[in-house]
Amino acid sequence: MSPNPKISIHELTKVFYKKQNSVTALENISIDIEEGEFVCLVGPSGCGKTTLLRILAGLENQSSGDFKIERSNEDRPNQSMVFQERGILPWLTVEENVAFGLKMRHLPKTHVKERTNYFLNKVGLAKFAKMYPKELSGGMKQRVSIARAFANDPEILLMDEPFGALDEQNRYILQEELLSIWSETKKTVLFITHSIDEALYLSDRVLLMSAQPGKIIDEVKIDLPRPRKLEDMRSNPVMSSKFLDIWRHLQVEVQGSRM
Amino acid sequence: MKDIKNPIETEKQEWRKQQTKRRLKTWLTIFSPICLLLIWQFLSQSGLIDARFFPPPTAIISTFIELLTSGELFHHINISLFRIFAGFLLGVIPGVIIGLCMGLYAPIRHFISPLIMALMPIPTLALLPIILIIFGIGEMSKVVTIAGSVFFPVVINTVAGVISIDSIYLDVAKNYGASRKDFFLKIALPGSLPVMLEGIQMGQAIALLTIVAAEMMGARSGIGYLIWTSYSAFLLKEMFVGLILISFFGYIFSLLLRGLQRKLIPWR
Repeated sequence: MSPNPKISIHELTKVFYKKQNSVTALENISIDIEEGEFVCLVGPSGCGKTTLLRILAGLENQSSGDFKIERSNEDRPNQSMVFQERGILPWLTVEENVAFGLKMRHLPKTHVKERTNYFLNKVGLAKFAKMYPKELSGGMKQRVSIARAFANDPEILLMDEPFGALDEQNRYILQEELLSIWSETKKTVLFITHSIDEALYLSDRVLLMSAQPGKIIDEVKIDLPRPRKLEDMRSNPVMSSKFLDIWRHLQVEVQGSRM
Repeated sequence: MKDIKNPIETEKQEWRKQQTKRRLKTWLTIFSPICLLLIWQFLSQSGLIDARFFPPPTAIISTFIELLTSGELFHHINISLFRIFAGFLLGVIPGVIIGLCMGLYAPIRHFISPLIMALMPIPTLALLPIILIIFGIGEMSKVVTIAGSVFFPVVINTVAGVISIDSIYLDVAKNYGASRKDFFLKIALPGSLPVMLEGIQMGQAIALLTIVAAEMMGARSGIGYLIWTSYSAFLLKEMFVGLILISFFGYIFSLLLRGLQRKLIPWR
């Protein structure tokens, strides 16, 4: 580990308290993520993955512990989040949605236009720039969401199960597109998913979480060379054994949380 | 087994049938008011209902033309429309602004909503004497009366509109660093617009209800005044002209607002 990781999370705990009843959602989470690293967080539903991301995104406060995001440039926003489905604003056009973060930062118009167009092209939505989200398919909406986050050029990207609601074929296509955009920018990414396949394909490192209280129980390095092809991953016996490895870990958790 | 036919031809005929059905429905919609007028005309002329109280539509139309050519009607229409528009704007604008503030900021909402709940059931018309004392018998008192009645449905629907905005959109705005002003203009205003416009539509209807009553009580001109004085003088044809004008304007305003709705919320 280098002395200055991009994201350092230190003993983060989150407790939800309601009427003398407290639930520990996250317990002593400590993670270091290197600059340019793509990390996936995998865990059973309800394990607090989203809570962790929301804390990093500034949408919720931790109960104790702290985290730090290393800054490289004062003008850059700290982080941008790609939300689960429904994350794009229905009253803005595709173009306006992609430009949203830049406009909120009141950047010069020509700069906003340029970046917006660049990323619209990247995700193949240039033709749909003037349309409203209601006219788009689920996959296209998530492309808008991804373009918006990349256009904002944040220090780190947070992704909260962005492909969770998509059908399988669309999910594969979007995963590939995401990797292609990411490989150009080399952003540090923290990506939440409950799909082991998705985590193996996308990330450099997979963190496994337990359910209630959410803890990091293990991590798996994925050293498959990039650029990756879905086919390679599928046919690689090492990957298959890693899949089973992760699955064994999670199985215990999933069954545990069901009781 | 069915005959082997061209499938496109089959669907084409099916489509034609659907078109005919649709046209029939349009005709039914147009036909219903005409039907009512025809029955009215028949009953009134045949003496089955008293023509003094229900003059036949043709007689009302000729009175309408008389009043129109004498120029008297224009005066009444103009003054009423002015009062409606001015009162409408004076009710809608503060209604929207206060509604957005209440929707976005819970403390403001909790502070103001009991006041609104307590004031809403009082008919503005019951306050007309006080309004007349404060604003005099000029135009202002009528405008304020209408504004008062329009305000409530607008403010209540605007608050409901803001509260109905999916919280994920607020998260998005916060995550991407929206300022207070951006929250107001880029999230709360467009997000609440669909529900808000329903309130404005309601406000429009209430404005018409109020103007007639207000002009009956405290005015020397306007459509309400026309209705009331005609009735007092037993000029029922003139009274019906006034009533039909009100219904006509209500219809037109509804259409205009529907059109505006489509313009303002193309994303729906």
